[in-house]
Amino acid sequence: MKDTVNVTLVGVGGQGILLTSEILGRAAALAGFDVKKSEVHGMSQRGGSVTSQVRFGRHVYSPVIPFGETDVLVAFEKLEAVRCFALLSPGGKALVDVREIVPVTVSSGQQVPVADQDGVLARLYEGRAVYTDSCAVARKLGNMRTSNMVIAGALSMMLDIPGECWVDAIKARLPEKIRDINIRAFEEGSAGLSETSV
Amino acid sequence: MGAEIEEPASVTLLSGNEAIAHSAYASGVGTAFGYPGTPSTEILEELVKFSPLGVYCEWSPNEKVALEAAAGASVAGARSLVTMKLVGLNVAADPLMTLSYTGVCGGLVIVVADDPGQDSSQTEQDTRHYARLAKVPVLEPGNAEEAYDFTAEAFEISERYRCPVILRTTTCVSHSRGLVRERKSPRAANAVAFERNVEQFVPLPVWGRKLRVKVEERLDAQAADAARSALNRVIGAQDSRLGIISHGVTAYHCAEVIPEAAVLKTGWGFPFPDELFISFARGKDRLIVVEEGDPILEEHVKSLGLACEGKGLVPRCGEITPSVIYGVKRRIFPERELPELPAPPPEAQGLPSRPPMLCPGCPHRGMFYALTHFDVVVCGDIGCYSLGVFPPLNRTDTILCMGAGFTMAHGMQKAGEKRPVVGIVGDSTFFHSGITGLLDVVYNKGISTLIVADNRITAMTGHQEHPGTGITLMGEATKQASIEAVARACGIDRIRVCSPYDQKGFTEALREELAAEEPSLIISRAPCPLHVKRRLGPVRMILQDVCKGCGACLKCGCPAIELTGGKKPKINPVACMGCSLCSGICRFGAIVPVQEDVQRR
Repeated sequence: MKDTVNVTLVGVGGQGILLTSEILGRAAALAGFDVKKSEVHGMSQRGGSVTSQVRFGRHVYSPVIPFGETDVLVAFEKLEAVRCFALLSPGGKALVDVREIVPVTVSSGQQVPVADQDGVLARLYEGRAVYTDSCAVARKLGNMRTSNMVIAGALSMMLDIPGECWVDAIKARLPEKIRDINIRAFEEGSAGLSETSV
Repeated sequence: MGAEIEEPASVTLLSGNEAIAHSAYASGVGTAFGYPGTPSTEILEELVKFSPLGVYCEWSPNEKVALEAAAGASVAGARSLVTMKLVGLNVAADPLMTLSYTGVCGGLVIVVADDPGQDSSQTEQDTRHYARLAKVPVLEPGNAEEAYDFTAEAFEISERYRCPVILRTTTCVSHSRGLVRERKSPRAANAVAFERNVEQFVPLPVWGRKLRVKVEERLDAQAADAARSALNRVIGAQDSRLGIISHGVTAYHCAEVIPEAAVLKTGWGFPFPDELFISFARGKDRLIVVEEGDPILEEHVKSLGLACEGKGLVPRCGEITPSVIYGVKRRIFPERELPELPAPPPEAQGLPSRPPMLCPGCPHRGMFYALTHFDVVVCGDIGCYSLGVFPPLNRTDTILCMGAGFTMAHGMQKAGEKRPVVGIVGDSTFFHSGITGLLDVVYNKGISTLIVADNRITAMTGHQEHPGTGITLMGEATKQASIEAVARACGIDRIRVCSPYDQKGFTEALREELAAEEPSLIISRAPCPLHVKRRLGPVRMILQDVCKGCGACLKCGCPAIELTGGKKPKINPVACMGCSLCSGICRFGAIVPVQEDVQRR
């Protein structure tokens, strides 16, 4: 394993990306790594593109991942997966959730949607991506707001951080009321990886 | 460093802003003042959690007030923290300049969060210029751990020299997270008891001239201190003959992207640590200054007679990210023929964007939509309502700075602009610096139509209280300042409070006030639905058999109204806040409340 692991999480405001990256950061710290984390959320409106970066390793200098050096790209949404493909390093892998959130610029008729988005996604990430359907799992659990922890569970299977560190991080970060349901979502996510395709 | 850790510290993952707050508490801060502004806002939001332990925290009406209040607290003995974004220091510049002369008693640290790349700011100004102008030290942490340590050191330096100290962060430092070693037990707060000393605290010329000389003496002492300070250190390849002088997080980016270089990371860059620059340059074949912002270090290093490169290799504008430094590296070593960064594949270019926009249910939308019926010039201001400039509303023509919505409108009207001129400020902005502009309009017999976009909170920065909300930062109920009472006291006779969701009423009010030959104030009042966290009414739907596909509803720019195929839009029931604005816009009565319960996602 190289010294620093670079994880980039991308998606749309309101999907729980910052919470997911914070739990990843805490889990990596609990596993004994140095951790740096940064995010771009621009102005605070909902519905904008969100990017969060987590780096962990023996010693991490910069909180920012150089362009094209992401080892694991986690896309919470398909258009953002297409948009951020070039962040991946040549040997990098991706975790793509099959959620689709139409940008307002498209729904209001100002811009045109991507033609054959699923086809573009499949071609770009051929052999490099695994897919989740976090909303389906969260729906089954009866709480749509746990979909990000489903993705965290799937992500945990792609990184060298022990599962118990993730669970401890979730316990430390979330209030008791929603703790158990989120841990269940995390476990479902880690068990269900590789059963979904685009 | 000043903050010695006396007992086992705990290690936590903190943002730079949280680290500053935790460190201020651990350093015995007694009072903290600020005005919200990205990327500085979270500092006081975190510090106020320590208020039950005796730290007084407040949102001041503006940054000038914040710094002046902190000055009062400090000369009485308390350690004090002030927080603001870069442009906030423009507002607070007046007290800063004099405070440098009159000095402090309890340590006074001014945190100024700069925004290279202008993620959420109107300018990219470099606060280090202010440190030079005011002749006060500036410390620049490069990550959360340093934000913690440097804050503690800033209080020490401030008390050692009895002068204010600027702690300059950038968006990347304020918002990125890292592991921080925290002191377990806080330093005791200073005793508070003001002692009269007019020669120190009253800069009448007779005493001010003496203080002026002391400032220069202080600068010399600080420069020598900075040259020895552990805040300045060499990272990367210590013995390299390639030397880079950098600062803040940029130094860490350099160490990572150009590992073959020795990087002098200046954490205390002003007063300039000359001896350090000279000794670092010794034995270097090549010296490069990599600065984010203006070439302040570069110009100074050159003035010492040291040969160096700088902005010839490093961009002047924008955030200096690791990717940008990679470009610098390609220019440093052209002979290596390093490859360019990979371009995104063609499929990933020209994709539909997700720009910031007014949220569904936002009260500002109705205000701007009503303005679209009139041929007027609109001078806007800083806040969520800045987004009224974008299509399809297009209802803002100028933005300058906090408060300029009113004043630019006034000036334009006085200059003889043919169209009626409207000035808009938000509620928090009104209290920040709108009132003086309003006075100007009344006093000088202007006739502009002024609007306060009053959503009852400081919304853009994430919902902070202000003098009009009736609640303090520490969560206490307080007097609620009345915008209409203030305006009346200033001499405005035509004051109307309108709901922006009532298009008919709002449009009619605008028509009358625009025609008035005297100044008028419309308060567009409705709380931010994101803040009060409730739907405004039943979710709406578009009856597809009644809809004529005229597209009028799309012109209000609500993200919940979607046109995904054909001519007839639909309303996304998850996004709709039930504000009913669109129902009022539709001439055919096609937009009606959904009868059945709609399950939210």
